[in-house]
Amino acid sequence: MTAMIGLFPTCLGDAVHPRVVTDSARVLRAAGVDPAPIPGATCCGQPAWNAGFTREARRVARRTLRAAAGLDAVVVPSGSCAAMMRLHWPQLFAGDRDAALAARVAPRVFELSQYLVEELGAAPIGSPTGRAVAYHDSCHMLRELRLHDPPRVLLRGVAELEELPRSDRCCGFGGAFAVRYPDVSTAMADDKLATARAAGAETVVSADPGCIMHIEGRASRTGAAVRVVHLASVLAEAL
Amino acid sequence: MSGFSRRAAAALADPVRHENVRRFSERAHDHRSASVERVDFEALRDAGERIRSQSVAEMPALIDEFQANLERAGAIVHRAATGADAAAYVAEVVGRHGREVIKGKSMASEEIGLNERLAADGVDVVETDLGEFIVQVAGERPEHIIIPAIHKSRDDVRRLFEPLAGRPIGDEPADLTDFARAHLRERFLRAPVGITGVNFGVAETGTVVLVENEGNGRMCSGVPRVHIAVMGMERVVPRLADLATLLPLLIRSGTGQKITSYVSMIGGPRRGDEGDGPDELHVVILDNGRARVRETPYASVLRCIRCGACQNACPVYRHVGGTAYGWVYGGPIGAVLSPLLRPGEGLDELPQASSLCAACDDVCPVRIPLHDLLIGLRRDRATASAGAMERLAFRLWSLAWSRPWLYRLSTRAARAVVNTRGLTPVMQLPVIRRWARTRDLVGKR
Repeated sequence: MTAMIGLFPTCLGDAVHPRVVTDSARVLRAAGVDPAPIPGATCCGQPAWNAGFTREARRVARRTLRAAAGLDAVVVPSGSCAAMMRLHWPQLFAGDRDAALAARVAPRVFELSQYLVEELGAAPIGSPTGRAVAYHDSCHMLRELRLHDPPRVLLRGVAELEELPRSDRCCGFGGAFAVRYPDVSTAMADDKLATARAAGAETVVSADPGCIMHIEGRASRTGAAVRVVHLASVLAEAL
Repeated sequence: MSGFSRRAAAALADPVRHENVRRFSERAHDHRSASVERVDFEALRDAGERIRSQSVAEMPALIDEFQANLERAGAIVHRAATGADAAAYVAEVVGRHGREVIKGKSMASEEIGLNERLAADGVDVVETDLGEFIVQVAGERPEHIIIPAIHKSRDDVRRLFEPLAGRPIGDEPADLTDFARAHLRERFLRAPVGITGVNFGVAETGTVVLVENEGNGRMCSGVPRVHIAVMGMERVVPRLADLATLLPLLIRSGTGQKITSYVSMIGGPRRGDEGDGPDELHVVILDNGRARVRETPYASVLRCIRCGACQNACPVYRHVGGTAYGWVYGGPIGAVLSPLLRPGEGLDELPQASSLCAACDDVCPVRIPLHDLLIGLRRDRATASAGAMERLAFRLWSLAWSRPWLYRLSTRAARAVVNTRGLTPVMQLPVIRRWARTRDLVGKR
């Protein structure tokens, strides 16, 4: 029996960056996996969880959790959503009727590069393009999932990877934080763009649609000459 | 506009201050990063977490032991339930001895408004830590737990010191420090009372430990006839040997040094046959909400050893500084501690003032789970009346997004807005406008 692999698009993938989802699917197929959509899945519940609204987070996450019940792996092109599902779902559903299901599904959730590199051992994917890229570490992917190397391994296969100074510093998105404190959040995005400029990076790569939306949105507004691209798109372009 | 937003906007609007906080907190963070690589810091953190967890768990008994040992050595111990109580006690002791006080760095004294209390009695208090002195001359508050004048440039300091000196000093750090040294020296020799904070209080020996680099703490504790040490009650630790773990954790995390220039271990007032030290040693053990916090799920915040590493690592702090957090403690530790110690005083917004990036968790020397505590406090607020509007919004959101067809409908609608490149009246909706004022929705390509 072939393993059932689901690709979870994430709400930002559905609403803002659909190309992230199609590129992720292409990359997975290139690695020999045929990812299926996950009918009935909506959102991981993180916005409410981070805001402290546990019941509301559970209500939404339950839908996605149950939709993922029969899958052998759930691949997520977002470090932040993957961290929510992998690490916080068991907490979110503790003592709940779906606690056992959450405990079973959580370890089967993988961030895209984690799945490709650590589960499939699929690197390299794509061929070298000679293009220079710098990688931005997204907070939850780095400090919760502890995924430092997998995206870099993949990027080195297709591009000249430069290290972005203070690549681990938050871009200022932070979900609701970005609209609750727009001035501070924007100053943080400017920090990120300043390090990219100082490093001469023309392309900044991230594995999180939230960071991309924030850094790109600020770069676009200020006319900064930097492209902000999802890891999946960089890989897909090199196929 | 919320209190934090207002104070943050003011901080961001001052480019010199903004740049100073950014530069100096970044430098402190880099010093820390380089320093912790030279030792097995993770093992130290594990040990530090164990010691401090034990300190918090056994706090009442440890405080009793600490007090008994201090009293045996001839010190006078006062336990203060509130800040006002602590300040009143200190004021009373000072009043018995004179009208001049020299003071070492102490965030606990900031917490209890000690300088204001003493000033009301006509007591002349001078801060002797260079950073605190700068902040005092400026009539401001410390911006950072261990770098109080982090927001000041050399030129700022020059402009503060020259009127005091009545002569030009220039902006060379050595000249500025020379002035402060000479200015403070007289006071050190004259003041009848010295007040300091306490970094650690060792229960098994009744030892008051002071960690500093300028020697002013040793002067304040050793030169005047009376030394008053103000200690947050959570600073108690079980054993003298624990310092072998806690001192390197504190110092490497705070300044990146191996050891500070001065570590004073004070075992009581001067005894008959000793040449140095104060005749009287008072130790004020401050509760001010700590015992209450110890009974909550947030007790782990009491492990804090006030190193400032979370402030230096925080991407929010670096833009707004410490006073933007509205009380004594800024940065992640302040966002957790302030609403806990001062409930119902408008500080419960602070846990929101974080992007939840978890950089604080990675540097905390005693592994306080700041990220989890921030979310926990948000959870408390969500169930309190303060969160009513937000609760309604999240309820509606959850009702919609727990239905796949409504989820699909709303994400498609959102995509339609995105595809207009933001050229739609939707962009004027209140929440979206807060994004769109400084950022596009997607790149213009």
